[in-house]
Amino acid sequence: MKCQRCNKRAVLHITENLGEGQIEELHFCEECGARYLSEPIPGTQTPGGSGTSAELEFLQQWDQLCCPECGATLKDFRNTGRLGCPRDYEHFREQLQPLLQSIHGDTQHLGKAPSQSANVELKRRELARLRRLMQELINAERYEEAARLRDQIRQLEARTQS
Amino acid sequence: MTLDDLLQGTGEWLRGEGPEVDVVVSTRIRLARNLADFPFPNRASALQRGEIESLLRERILQLADSWQFCYFALHRLPELDRQFLVERQLISREHAHANGQRGVAIGKGEASSIMVNEEDHLRLQVIRSGFQLDDAWHEINRLDDALSERVCYAFSEEFGFLTACPTNVGTGMRASVLLHLPALTLAKQLEKFFRALQKMNLVVRGLYGEGTRASGDFYQISNQVTLGRSEDEILRAIRETVPAIVDYERHAREVLVREMRSALQDRIHRSLGTLRSARMMTSEETLDLLSNVRLGVALQLLDDLTVPRINELLLQTQPAHLQKLVGEEMDTDQQNIVRARYLREQLRHVQLN
Repeated sequence: MKCQRCNKRAVLHITENLGEGQIEELHFCEECGARYLSEPIPGTQTPGGSGTSAELEFLQQWDQLCCPECGATLKDFRNTGRLGCPRDYEHFREQLQPLLQSIHGDTQHLGKAPSQSANVELKRRELARLRRLMQELINAERYEEAARLRDQIRQLEARTQS
Repeated sequence: MTLDDLLQGTGEWLRGEGPEVDVVVSTRIRLARNLADFPFPNRASALQRGEIESLLRERILQLADSWQFCYFALHRLPELDRQFLVERQLISREHAHANGQRGVAIGKGEASSIMVNEEDHLRLQVIRSGFQLDDAWHEINRLDDALSERVCYAFSEEFGFLTACPTNVGTGMRASVLLHLPALTLAKQLEKFFRALQKMNLVVRGLYGEGTRASGDFYQISNQVTLGRSEDEILRAIRETVPAIVDYERHAREVLVREMRSALQDRIHRSLGTLRSARMMTSEETLDLLSNVRLGVALQLLDDLTVPRINELLLQTQPAHLQKLVGEEMDTDQQNIVRARYLREQLRHVQLN
């Protein structure tokens, strides 16, 4: 799909609620989308204002986020819709969760896992990864999330041993 | 096995046998899998893509003899051959047109295939003729288990099987059923169904997948969601929905026969007449006309033709198949002439009743 203002690929899809059951669908490339968001809303007295540009700044900071293992940034993901490597799910976890929630209505896998005998190594690596992540959360004083992760680690350990 | 060997038959999905085959053409399940230690194909360097491809080719060919996989390096195949594989539903259009080292392994009878370095490192597929969801799942699950013992999959307890696109993460599973719904289309009843399906997280697509037009009254129904729902739940939703659609389609067909018998017979025979006499024929028109004839066969209004025979014609009249059949590349006009001639010859002996 192409941007409706220039001819580049559209990456930002906006549904404007015009009220009274009317909606308008808009499709923009990165630049035109940013411009559109900072434009004053038609029919209102106040210009788009500081709220929107602060939001934009926040988005731009996010865009800089980079996976140390494959070098992909969140901006790359926003442009292509594809992640760079399996580790991106860990490094962009916080940003991906709301997206996964809106795509799937869920953020926790349910169903098949690779068979245990075949994946002892994978489990070992996964545990190491989760422990590392938990330590990071503790360092950042995000104790609630760390506690959830601790429970997850315990479950995984129990399953690995059984 | 060479690609030309495939040309002789129609492969598993068009065999025209199996449960509900008057309405359900085929059942297909696909699993997206990736290696834990490599970037996804779109981010992999040419060198890494090469490594991934040779590693996976080796491991796939190590699988037990029961699979009998044959591997084709797509980057070495001419465009016509790649298009040929798309028409047989063994690879995606994207995989045919992509760049870089990539391939496909094709199992015995074309019932299973594995794309290597498509959007994900591995795309496993199993196809069955008719409505055979459980059988397809059993088979692909077995293939998945066998492969997982030879390579290390990217998997997390939280997000499941990790994929290049977050729309596939979790089970990585897309289960789809290809339906022929001419009567519901005629009765303009489909909109209603599709809205109901949406509420059950099922989506409707055209014959050749995402973004394609529903042509010849063929529709693919598949699951939308892959995260947070187990394979069992996903399969159950389809298992419970498809029989209802099959019943409605059959009912709509009965109504057509009862209330519009002459108009229906006229439509079917005109379609057959055009197929038997036209001098130029596009693949789109062929699909639409054969769809009408397929309906006539299913309703036993045409005695001399069978569903497998229609399926064969549907496949062999696709552009790449036609060119391989003739053995040379042709422009669209030439194809239309040859297609019309092929159909005239194939349908010449059909008795009209």
